[in-house]
Order: sequence, then structure tokens, then C-alpha cells
Amino acid sequence: MDNKNKNNISRRDFVKTSATVAAVSAVPMFFTKGAYAKDFTNNPGRAGSVTLGFNVPQTGSYSDEGADELRAYKLAVKHLNGEGDGGLMNTMKPMNLKGNGILGKKVTYVTGDTQTKSDAARASAKRMIEKDGALMISGGSSSGVAIAVQGLAQEAGVIFMAGLTHSNDTTGKDKRRYGFRHFFNAKMSGSALGPVLKEEMGTDRNAYHLTADYTWGWTQEQSIKETTEALGWNTTATVKTPVGAGDFSQFITPILNSGADTLILNHYGKDMINSLTQAVQFGLRDKAVNGKQFEIIVPLYSRLMAQGAGENLKGILGTTNWDWQLQDEGSKAFVKSFGQEYGFPPSMAAHTCYVQTLLYANAVENAGTFYPPEVIRQLEGFKFDGMGNGATEYRAEDHQCFKDVLVVRGKQNPSSQFDLLDIVKEVPRSQVEYDASIFGGELGPYKA
Amino acid sequence: MLFEKKQNELTTMLIFSAIVLSMPIWLDPIGANYPDLLQKFAIFGIFAIGYNILFGLTGYLSFGHAIFIGVGSYTAVWSFKLLTMNVIPALALSVLLSGVVAVMVGYVSLRRSGIYFSILTLAFAQMFYNLAYSVLTPITNGETGLQLTTKDPRVIDRMFEAAGDGLPSTELFGISMSGYSGFYFCAVMLIVAFFLSLKVFNSPFGLKLKAIKSNQHRMKYTGYNTRPYLLSAFVISGMFAGLAGGLMAVTDPLAGAERMQWTASGEVVLMTILGGVGTLYGPLLGVAIIKYLENIFSSINEAVLYTLFDFLPVWLQDSMVVIVMPFVGEGWHLTLGLIFMTVVIFLPGGIIEGFQKMKDRFSKTNEQEKLKQGGE
Repeated sequence: MDNKNKNNISRRDFVKTSATVAAVSAVPMFFTKGAYAKDFTNNPGRAGSVTLGFNVPQTGSYSDEGADELRAYKLAVKHLNGEGDGGLMNTMKPMNLKGNGILGKKVTYVTGDTQTKSDAARASAKRMIEKDGALMISGGSSSGVAIAVQGLAQEAGVIFMAGLTHSNDTTGKDKRRYGFRHFFNAKMSGSALGPVLKEEMGTDRNAYHLTADYTWGWTQEQSIKETTEALGWNTTATVKTPVGAGDFSQFITPILNSGADTLILNHYGKDMINSLTQAVQFGLRDKAVNGKQFEIIVPLYSRLMAQGAGENLKGILGTTNWDWQLQDEGSKAFVKSFGQEYGFPPSMAAHTCYVQTLLYANAVENAGTFYPPEVIRQLEGFKFDGMGNGATEYRAEDHQCFKDVLVVRGKQNPSSQFDLLDIVKEVPRSQVEYDASIFGGELGPYKA
Repeated sequence: MLFEKKQNELTTMLIFSAIVLSMPIWLDPIGANYPDLLQKFAIFGIFAIGYNILFGLTGYLSFGHAIFIGVGSYTAVWSFKLLTMNVIPALALSVLLSGVVAVMVGYVSLRRSGIYFSILTLAFAQMFYNLAYSVLTPITNGETGLQLTTKDPRVIDRMFEAAGDGLPSTELFGISMSGYSGFYFCAVMLIVAFFLSLKVFNSPFGLKLKAIKSNQHRMKYTGYNTRPYLLSAFVISGMFAGLAGGLMAVTDPLAGAERMQWTASGEVVLMTILGGVGTLYGPLLGVAIIKYLENIFSSINEAVLYTLFDFLPVWLQDSMVVIVMPFVGEGWHLTLGLIFMTVVIFLPGGIIEGFQKMKDRFSKTNEQEKLKQGGE
């Protein structure tokens, strides 16, 4: 009996002790947190260098894009630190960069693998923010990931410069004050493609959609559907396919008997290479339905994918954000310095990531401080030129860049393994602009 | 005798609490002291402790425990969306709902044992993953993952105050659940979970589970109906996993379908085996090693390696970087695979067995020395 009593006391003692231990060890943390709250996350203070975090897919369906993005980031850091030939820093207007880092602090970087999974991407971004002290996070290649990381950036008070993300949601219903996108989106792709499709394929077609089953696929399907239906096309069916499926044959067979004469592939990266290759192997492009030649459209296109898809991409229409064959000063300068560094031309993913890094650095220089709310105000409504897409504006209402969009076609007779796309049309910015309020969403407060 | 046992339990718990709560201090030198990773250690610790109650004690190898992680996460995020940002209701609901799902999955799967049980749980895992990924998209938001928005109703919070400007963050009566305070919350949960697991290990119930592992037939012959014990073990471990899933959402209010992929279930099996199946501390060791490799090793890139080997002459530095590079960065899986093979081949009982062997050797030499001294 006596023993039992003792036991009870000791257990209570134990609970008490552990609670005290917990409370005591937690106390300093609250204080440090309070101390940080006064200025801002990862304030470099008087440190001689600043850290940027580059979070790209190094494994999975989008790893090719990720690898090229990382090359571009490394190049951008080099140029910011005044090494190399300066690249776009020679052509960007207006520009405040001095080639001595950012605000005189040397730029260093950390990298991470998003694995094209929201969880992994957020864990990686958190590591950059909490451990490595990253002041800005950039990257992407999947809109799902970009949206997830953008949300985290807002919570943490760290600016996120999105890389390749094409979903309307990134700067639409899921837009954030701390997230910025230079890349174009599905809505703009649709507006740019519309007139070309009308010209080449007429107004009487039946479209069949295969769509990657996540935010980007959904919004692209919706935007392209709106465009084609406005032309008078029918939508036969829209089918969602899992990301990274590898084998799409089970989705392609039903198309043969659906009565559709146009296949729209809302796929990207290795998924698009696989689905397009299989569609061609199944003989879709040799078919004639309702007296019309069967056509395939890939609304979002990149040179990296064209390299993967090879022969199959010849003659297929799509849009891109940028292409290395553009002849303006900015594009030429970027292709030159990227080529010198790595021996081949950059992809559009590389271009957007490079530009985003420079834009952030420039905004910090303009603001004269790393304090995010000030930097955000500099980026909002920022107008610039000489970065490869003509005159461009970061719209303040939704943090989306507006610039010319390219409609391209797979080249029939490529002269080299990089010369794969014909630019059909440079659609001017005015034609792809839309009202910022149509997608809803709220940016949220300046102070995180 | 009983008193001694309790006393032992108390010391164990005190030492364990001290180790867990001081993690920010002793993990600092190896670069693992930042809130996100510390939270992961604690959360996956709970997951592995719970898994060990099923796999370690009864020997039933489940490949479906990621289901409960997922259910816990989705429940918690929905609780944040619909009810309140306070974590208590979220965690309570997570544990409850994952318990209910565990009853259903366990009831069916436990009709078979051995490899058939494993395959059944694997099938369930795949089924739930696909449900979350595509079929139940309105509830789970599919591949994109479930996130908070400013437009969520949050009825309980709305009763007390108006909606703020930005996204609210999870809290425990005003204490933010991100950063270090989030870690301490998870750590306290881990200590509670460990205490429960200790109780189970030392209880008659735990003994019966161990009996099932050693010989279920013999146990049945003695008149025990093993099914209820198995089901309770399954549900308890499912609820631990649900708690872990809920905590994931607490520290980072987002739930994605990939949490339920079968690889996530496989990961906890790896953790348990790496550390030591059926031991109290083994699974925790496994968690620490795997999460450390995943987060720290995977972030090492060429530039980091060059600074690491800075002290070497240039040609040696270059070749060292070339040699080490495949094992870090994207190649961290390779390192994990090598460690795993080494452990399984040389220490089938996990790393804990390694410690045991070392301890035995040292105590033996001590005894021999004592004997020697006595002889002189």
C-alpha cells in the first residue's frame, strides 16, 4: 500500500518535472522569436553575403526542366557577383544592378530537390529558410509545387520568385503577396493560340483533351476549352491522367473511336513526351476523321520536350514563353552567355528562372533594403525591357508578368538538335491581357 | 519488485524526455537544428513508435500505415478549415477518425496473417491513395493538395473574432505551432506516445502480443482468441499514425496525397528495421537516421563538397568531390541503401543490436579485468 502511494506521487512528480522542463526549455525560443519579429525573416544585417534558395525538381517527370533551371540560377548568381560576361545585365532597362552582389553583399545559394511533390518541396524550402537563412526562394516546374511553396513563403515572410509554373491559379485564385511569376499562364496560351488555330484548322472541329490531373492541367484545359469553344469547336471529352503515368495507351485507345478529330495534350515534361509519342505510334496523326486530317495540339511547349519527343513533334502547334532563336538584344545576350558557360542554348525554363533572379536583385537595389514589403512594392507594377520578351510589366494586382507570347510549331527540317521549333507568330501583349479580377483570390497583407 | 520496475520506468522516461527536449542543443553541431527537421524527427518518431507496437510486438508486417497518416492530415486540415485554427480539436479528430479507419482496414486485413496480411494492407494503401489522388478530389484537392484559404468558414474562430487580413496560422491557445514552439509541442506528444508505448510493452496486453508473434497457434490452443488483441494493436498503431499525420498538418497546414503513397508506408518499415524491430528505442534511431539523410545529405551539392574538401590539394579535392558526389545530393538513397544493407547483413536486430553487442563486449572486458585483479 505504502509502495503504491509512493508510486502515484512519483508519477505525478514525473509529469510535473517534464512539464517544467518543457516550459523552461521553450522559454528562450519564444524570446528569440519575438526578437526576430521586430525586423524580418533572415535579415542579413551586417553579414557580407546573402543566400538565395533554388528549389527545383531534380528527380521525377520534370527533372530535365529542373536541371536547366539550376544552370540558369548558377549563371544568374555569377553575373550578380560580377563574374562572367554579365548576360542580361547588359541589356536590362531600367536597371540598378552593379555587379557587386546585391546591395554590395556577395550572393551565395543553396539548392534543394522538390521531387515534384508539395510535401518534399515545402520541406526543402523550409530547410532553406530555417537552416540556411535564404532571403528569397525561387524555383518550380510544377504549378502544384509552386502554389504550395508560395503559401509557405507568405507564412514565412520570404519572397518567392516562381520559376516555370503555367497554371492560372498561381497568380489567380491562389495568388500571394509574397509570390511573383514572370512566366506566362494557360489563359495567355489560350488567347495566343486561338487565332492561329482558327486560321489553320477552321471553326468546325471536335477536340478531345488529355489533361494532367492537377492544378496546371485543370486550368489549362479550361482556358483552351474556352478558346476553342469560342471558335465554334466541339469538346468531345476531357480525360484526366495521373502525373508521371509513363504509359498512356489506355487513355489513347478510346480517342480512336470517339469521333474526335483533334487531340489536345495538356501534359508537360516527360508526361508529354510519352503521351505524344504513344499517340503518334497509335497512328492518330495519319487518320482522317469526318473528312479532316487528325491534328494534335500541345498548348505548352518547350525545347527540352521537343528534344525528347523528336520526330513526333514535327508540325505540332503550341505556345512558349520564350525561345532561344528570338533575335532581340536581350535574348541574344542570354543565349550567348548561357552557351559559353554550358555549351548549348538555354530552355525557356532556364530563361524565366534567370530573369526572375535578376528581377529580385534589381528590386532589392531599387528598394535599398532587403525588407520584403519594400521589395514587393518595387516589383509591383515594375516595367522593364531588354529581357527577351519585349516590354514587360509586373502587374501589381496579381503579380503576373505581361509580355508577348510565342506561338510555335515543331520544325519539319531541324538543322541541329536544338533547332526544333519554328516561331509561327509573336502574339503582342495586348492580345493576351485579361482582367486581373476574373480568377478571384486575394494577395494578402504586405507584412507576413 | 513492482516498485523497482516503476522506478525504472520513471528514470527511463526522465532520460528520454531530457534527450528529446534538448535535441536543439545536441543536434546543432551536425547541422540538424532547425525547426522543420526537429518537428519531422518528433512526428516520424511517433509514427514509428506506433508502428512498432504492431510490427515489433505481433510481427504483423503492415504496408498500409501511410493510410492513417493521410487520414490524420486531411482531417486536421479540414478541422483548421471548418472549425478552428486551434490544434486540439484537429488532433483529437485526427486520432479518432484514423482509429475508425484502422478498425475497418484491420478488421478485413487481420483475417489473414503473414504475407497475405501484408498484401492486403498494401492493397488498401493503394486504394486509399487513389481515392485521395483522384476519386475524392473535392475532399482532398487531388495532386495539388489541400490548403487553407482566407475564405474558409472556421466557425469556432469566427465566434470570437473577425477574420484577419492574411492566412491564419495554427496555434495552441495563442502559441504559434510553427518554428521551435511547434517542435516542443510535437516533442511533448512524442514523450506521451513513448510513455504509452512503454506501458504497452510492459503490460500483460503487450505480453500477449509478444506471444502472438512467437507462436499464435499455441496461444490459440491455450484458449485465447487472438483476433481482438491483434485488432487492438492494429488500431492503436493506426491511431499513433493518425496523430503523426495530424501533427504534420499542425506544423504545416497542408495535406497532399503523396503522403499516402505506398512508399511512405515502406519508409516506416525501413525505419523500424534499421533501428531494431520490437525494441523500444530502435524505431526512433531509424527515424533519426533516415530523416537526417533525407534532409541534410540530399541538400549537399558540389559547391558544399568543394568547401568541405578545401584543405586538400586541388587534384585530390577534385577527385574526392567526384568520388563522394554520387552518395550525396540526389544520390542520398544510395547511401541509405548501403547503410541498410550493412545493418541487415551484420546486425539483423538493427542498430540497437550493435549497441547491445558493444555493451556486452565492454562489460565482458570489465569482468575479465575484475577477475584478473581478483586473481592477483
